[in-house]
Amino acid sequence: MSRPAQRRPGYPKINKDLFVLTYGALVAQLCKDYEKDEDVNKYLDNMGYSIGTRLVEDFLARSCVRRCHSYSEITGIIAQVAFKMYLGITPRVTCNNSSRNEFSLILEKNPLVEFVEELPPGRSALCYCNLLCGIIRGALEMVHLDADVTFLQDRLKGDSVTEIGITFLKKPEEKKYRRKK
Amino acid sequence: MADAALFEFLHTEMVAELWARAPDPSPGGQKTSLSVLEGMGFRVGQALGERLPRETLAFREEQPPKEVPALGGRVLDCPLTLQIGDHWDQRGGAVGSCSRPPPHPQWYTALCPQGTYILQDNDFPLLVRMAAGPQYLEEAPKFLAFTCGLLRGTLSTLGIKSLVTASVTTLPACKFQVVIQRA
Repeated sequence: MSRPAQRRPGYPKINKDLFVLTYGALVAQLCKDYEKDEDVNKYLDNMGYSIGTRLVEDFLARSCVRRCHSYSEITGIIAQVAFKMYLGITPRVTCNNSSRNEFSLILEKNPLVEFVEELPPGRSALCYCNLLCGIIRGALEMVHLDADVTFLQDRLKGDSVTEIGITFLKKPEEKKYRRKK
Repeated sequence: MADAALFEFLHTEMVAELWARAPDPSPGGQKTSLSVLEGMGFRVGQALGERLPRETLAFREEQPPKEVPALGGRVLDCPLTLQIGDHWDQRGGAVGSCSRPPPHPQWYTALCPQGTYILQDNDFPLLVRMAAGPQYLEEAPKFLAFTCGLLRGTLSTLGIKSLVTASVTTLPACKFQVVIQRA
């Protein structure tokens, strides 16, 4: 198990800043390399997917989540445990349909865009935080759950909040479950 | 800490992504990818340097180094190294990867010309997950380029122009060499 880092007083946020700034540099580099916003979004999603497939192991090792029995429990754990653990925020969860397989995570505050004022000119279709969608999708797939994860609303594009939509694609088969995110 | 893990994963993906897209697999092309990574690290280091508390930004003149014979060399205790040491500690040197506490990275300038500092970390967090020993030695520089840029960027915010290179002989130990370029 990882030992908590010794934090010197006066440096409370260096690690989070490091991640946020590195992510910004990465998006800037991708924008330089790819002209189309769709390509940048796609690469961010793919990178997030690779990260998510590994991050879920780290998450399960650090947290003691119990077995989940429904999609809403899983989404709740993503919002209240995973987001809190890695980004320090707790998005609000809403359910979008009666069959209870479509959910939204509403982010009032998004640490990834802390240093971003607005999208670069000519990049209006860029999903700046698309890495997050990929991470969630990759992590869910590692626990045998297929899901579509996209941004439904984005503050950087002028919406009032940032909303991530998770649509679970298959009905769970109870016998196959071992651990749930 | 959890957010350190997030950074480590992101860094690994960045290296993989930039390497996969490198148009030229020859050493020349590799150098381009390395310099892209270093450049990204530089930008991040500059921004991080601006966020350090005020007192670390005041660079005082170098004091004569203290002799510490027990370490087999001279350990520089000057403000510059303390500043970088603080930053390093926060940046990643203090993240433990197993149950024992992480060793503090060592600064030394044994047999180095004036203005050259070497930061040695025997347990560099970005290499710890890769291997322990001589395996993957050729791959290691890719994972150090970003950090070289980071150090160079932070120093440039402190008003110090420098050149930072990294070398590794056995994972996960590595050495960063910082050469201060006096105007």
